[in-house]
Amino acid sequence: MVRERYSFLALAKHALTGHKNWQPAIRHPEPKSNYDVIVIGGGGHGLATAYYLAKLHGINKVALLERGWIGGGNTGRNTTIVRSNYLLEENANFYEHSLKLWEGLSSDLNFNVMFSQRSVINTCHTPAELEGTMRRYNAMRLNGIDAEFLTAAELKRRVPSINLGQDGSLRWPILAALSQPRGGVARHDAVAWGFARGADALGVDIIQNCEVTGFRRAADGRVIGVETNRGPIAASKVGVAVAGHSGHVMAMAGITLPIESHLLQAFVSEPVKPFLDVVISTGALHFYISQTDKGEVLLGGGLDGYNSYGQRGTIPNIQEVTSAATEMFPNISRLKWMRQWAGIMDMTMDGSPIIGKTPIPGLFFDGGWCYGGFKAIPGSGWCFAHTIANGEPHPLNASFTLERFGRSAVIDEKGAGPFPKAH
Amino acid sequence: MLLIPCPHCGPRPETEFVYGGDARVKRPDPENSTDEQWTSYIYARDNPKGQHQELWLHNAGCHLWLIVERDTVSHAIGSVRAVREGQQ
Repeated sequence: MVRERYSFLALAKHALTGHKNWQPAIRHPEPKSNYDVIVIGGGGHGLATAYYLAKLHGINKVALLERGWIGGGNTGRNTTIVRSNYLLEENANFYEHSLKLWEGLSSDLNFNVMFSQRSVINTCHTPAELEGTMRRYNAMRLNGIDAEFLTAAELKRRVPSINLGQDGSLRWPILAALSQPRGGVARHDAVAWGFARGADALGVDIIQNCEVTGFRRAADGRVIGVETNRGPIAASKVGVAVAGHSGHVMAMAGITLPIESHLLQAFVSEPVKPFLDVVISTGALHFYISQTDKGEVLLGGGLDGYNSYGQRGTIPNIQEVTSAATEMFPNISRLKWMRQWAGIMDMTMDGSPIIGKTPIPGLFFDGGWCYGGFKAIPGSGWCFAHTIANGEPHPLNASFTLERFGRSAVIDEKGAGPFPKAH
Repeated sequence: MLLIPCPHCGPRPETEFVYGGDARVKRPDPENSTDEQWTSYIYARDNPKGQHQELWLHNAGCHLWLIVERDTVSHAIGSVRAVREGQQ
């Protein structure tokens, strides 16, 4: 099928016929009995993986299996922040690659992902945090990543509505801030739809409402396909990208992961006129805030704090985030929360993801995205597709192995030990 | 909001407690264990979707460590008992 490109001309043409003749963005095929590669998980990561497998590696006989509907999990439940402001080289290089893919994504996919590079700013509230953040700033510059250090006065000029708290109104006043100007936000659903449309056009079968119930194994142990609620499907390579449910799916293959599933909440207020044109996050008060294109104030905070697959948050975290946010932005104190939701985070024991091979031949794993999965979507799909196609990881994801935990070669941004709370 | 029935203090809100993670993780015998057992102890978690035995410290109450059985999907709490020496 020849895919119609989205353009101003196409829009004008379809306007003449009342927009009744647009092609569907994707097909809804029945699963075939066998494929070259099966990707499990129709979130951003799985869809990006399928797209890059077809586009960059010439593997078009790909089935993407999704239990529910595409983009219905964490891809649609995050705060849409994109950044690459990391300390450690492995993370910095990987997320910077992902950020570069974001910068060309709308044009690559011919789908507007509404990537808005509006600056991601981290505020510092204690001398120790200031020094740690300065160190991260230096690491970013050494890794060739854009970064600016802002004094409190410069921050106030950039974000007039912020309360620096130097009059005593913040227990920990803002001392300075680290900005990454190329960071920003994107439209989360558009990323899923854009990759899905792109993958579908290259021949990938996107099969929704298809739940994987087990792995098919050969006598020598390698994976030769999957069992699903719509029958068995054969493939010599299977990639799992189901973050949130990684432990649940990989247990079917007998693999226990260094991951716990935790809830991360986000909330939006009623829409108001534009007043905040950057993303602000604070580690000390532990929340992040931005204003959506619709005018809603979007906030997120820390984890709810205990294992859960519940996809709904609890009240104490809403109170904590709200009280911190209204201290730093007193002008939002009278807004009403309009919606609240939670996503299930794959929290790894070192706060870094896993993209690579598994002990089982033919089975590949991509997960453990902690808080950071959204920004990683293009980079993760790019690296995972490379790993599946070549049977070996790309240098960008060579460190993100499952075996690193057994070798104590963890990638621990915080240096905080084996707790599934870092990001 | 979880309401955790502490066997000593009665039902109390989750904000009085500190979460301690999976209660079934066993520390290997240091004299007689492999690297794989240590790796598994430090990092690997069953992470079940459903019933989970987990540790909670009643930090703002009696300071007992509890083993709470909780469903990770519905958050419904089943049995709650104090950790006693030799029982874990």
